[in-house]
Amino acid sequence: MEWYALLIQQVINGLALGSVYSLIALGYTMVYGIIKLINFAHGEIYMLGAYFGFYAITVWKLHLAPALIISMALASLLGIVLERIAYKPLRNAPRIAALITAIGASLFLQSAAQFTFGANFKPFPQVIPFKRIALGPAYITNRQLIMFGVALILMVVLHIIVQYTRVGRAMRAVSLDKEAAMLMGINVDRIISFTFALGSSLAAAGGILVGMYYNRIDPYMGMMPGLKGFTAAVLGGIGVIPGAVIGGLIMGTAENLVVAFGSSTFRDAVAFAILILVLLLKPGGLLGKSENEKV
Amino acid sequence: MPILEVNDLHIYYGMIHALRGISFTVEQGEIVTLLGANGAGKSTTLRAISGLIPKTEGEIIFEGEELGKIPAHQIVGRGLSQVPEGRRIFATLSVEENLLLGAYLRKNKKEIRKDLHYVYKLFPRLLERKNQRGGNLSGGEQQMLAMGRGLISRPKLLLLDEPSMGLAPILVREIFNTIREINQQGTTVLLVEQNAALALDLADRAYVLETGEVSVEGDAKTLAQDSRIRRAYLGA
Ligand SMILES: Nc1ncnc2c1ncn2[C@@H]1O[C@H](COP(=O)(O)OP(=O)(O)OP(=O)(O)O)[C@@H](O)[C@H]1O
Ligand SMILES: [Mg+2]
Repeated sequence: MEWYALLIQQVINGLALGSVYSLIALGYTMVYGIIKLINFAHGEIYMLGAYFGFYAITVWKLHLAPALIISMALASLLGIVLERIAYKPLRNAPRIAALITAIGASLFLQSAAQFTFGANFKPFPQVIPFKRIALGPAYITNRQLIMFGVALILMVVLHIIVQYTRVGRAMRAVSLDKEAAMLMGINVDRIISFTFALGSSLAAAGGILVGMYYNRIDPYMGMMPGLKGFTAAVLGGIGVIPGAVIGGLIMGTAENLVVAFGSSTFRDAVAFAILILVLLLKPGGLLGKSENEKV
Repeated sequence: MPILEVNDLHIYYGMIHALRGISFTVEQGEIVTLLGANGAGKSTTLRAISGLIPKTEGEIIFEGEELGKIPAHQIVGRGLSQVPEGRRIFATLSVEENLLLGAYLRKNKKEIRKDLHYVYKLFPRLLERKNQRGGNLSGGEQQMLAMGRGLISRPKLLLLDEPSMGLAPILVREIFNTIREINQQGTTVLLVEQNAALALDLADRAYVLETGEVSVEGDAKTLAQDSRIRRAYLGA
């Protein structure tokens, strides 16, 4: 392959994978925006979402779309329960307590998955027959198109919910000032639950899409994407929704370019390098709030 | 029966005994003002009424119902809304979004539109800026927005915490005229103020708080002539 064809190819691969990082990053960023917590169990929700999808397809014989919807619904419930049990009791505790709990919840869900589904990987059913479509000098697969397309649709739906609905307005109000939100009659607990549900459902969709993309799922599959989604959220500016989308796409592209032009041993190191660079150079992230914007 | 009755209310912040058993009433249709120096406990009183801080002892009775066990977010639905100290505008939301949040619990879209109109008529400057971010408004405009946001829930009782804070005298007069207008249209008002002269001029009755206790109470016009009040709060 010519170098420019390789470049285009890696950008395509990167944007497809990056769109899933964006989905994951959105959950981190929304939860952070509303309760200032990094939900480190988010990667495990992504993993469990993939398993829910796996069983919906193999046991209930569903097609991809209904499996996605069922998995997203189950993950929403899981997100709500996680927040109620693990985080709500600590809402007024020091932030480090909630952070440690989040790491504990992550390990717990991972072990529970390992116990329930087995430690070995499962081949993800081939719901979509593989196809390759020429795109100039490069190719795009139908799975990449589905991945990117589903992610895009979900992001548009999320945007509409957050910007143009009553509950979205309440979410933004709660993230800015909880007491003032209560004075408006907003049930803050309910809005926090809703935010967890929304973020978890996006992560679950990401889990299924990646399971389909790589043809396999396992109980540890949430760790690296969780970390990369978190990095994407920080890169875009944690708490900023468009930032999560951009951060995810940059992460996916950077990772693929490094693998193509450098070495695949650096695949996961890219995330750490970006995280460190952002924290050093622009801790607020690309679209982060500047100081004078904070009220 | 008074619309609001506060009996022997005690509030603690940790070890700090902020309210030491205050009692007062607000009658239907009145403007009652709560005066007092910095730290006297005025905001604490309003925050307790709105359910934002738990009381240790005493009663808060609104329209015959004890509010003590009711969570904060359910209080505005009962017809009691607060315009908090410092306005607390949702800074990154537009002016109109801020107002719509004031109508969060209301269901009838047509009625909400009508009341948006009413608020815009009351504060024409908000209409001109309805798509602007709340945080970009001037202090006076933010106060108008906070009042509009408090009014659009159609409260029976409106709590106002220092609406004059940080505003130029001409704007303060405008805000106070609006409070009178709101009251004349049937909303009962409990007004917390440091600007005692203006507040006493507007109000029917007044209570003076001193370090968590009611020290003086009575008819506003009488208190405006009271030598103790004149010395302490009116700079005479
Ligand atoms: N969150 C808090 N934690 C601890 N103490 C508090 C808190 N809020 C208020 N206080 C204390 O309670 C007392 C009453 O405060 P409050 O805010 O009610 O006064 P205020 O009359 O509204 O004063 P101002 O005119 O300055 O607004 C003060 O001594 C204050 O320091
Ligand atoms: Mg105060």
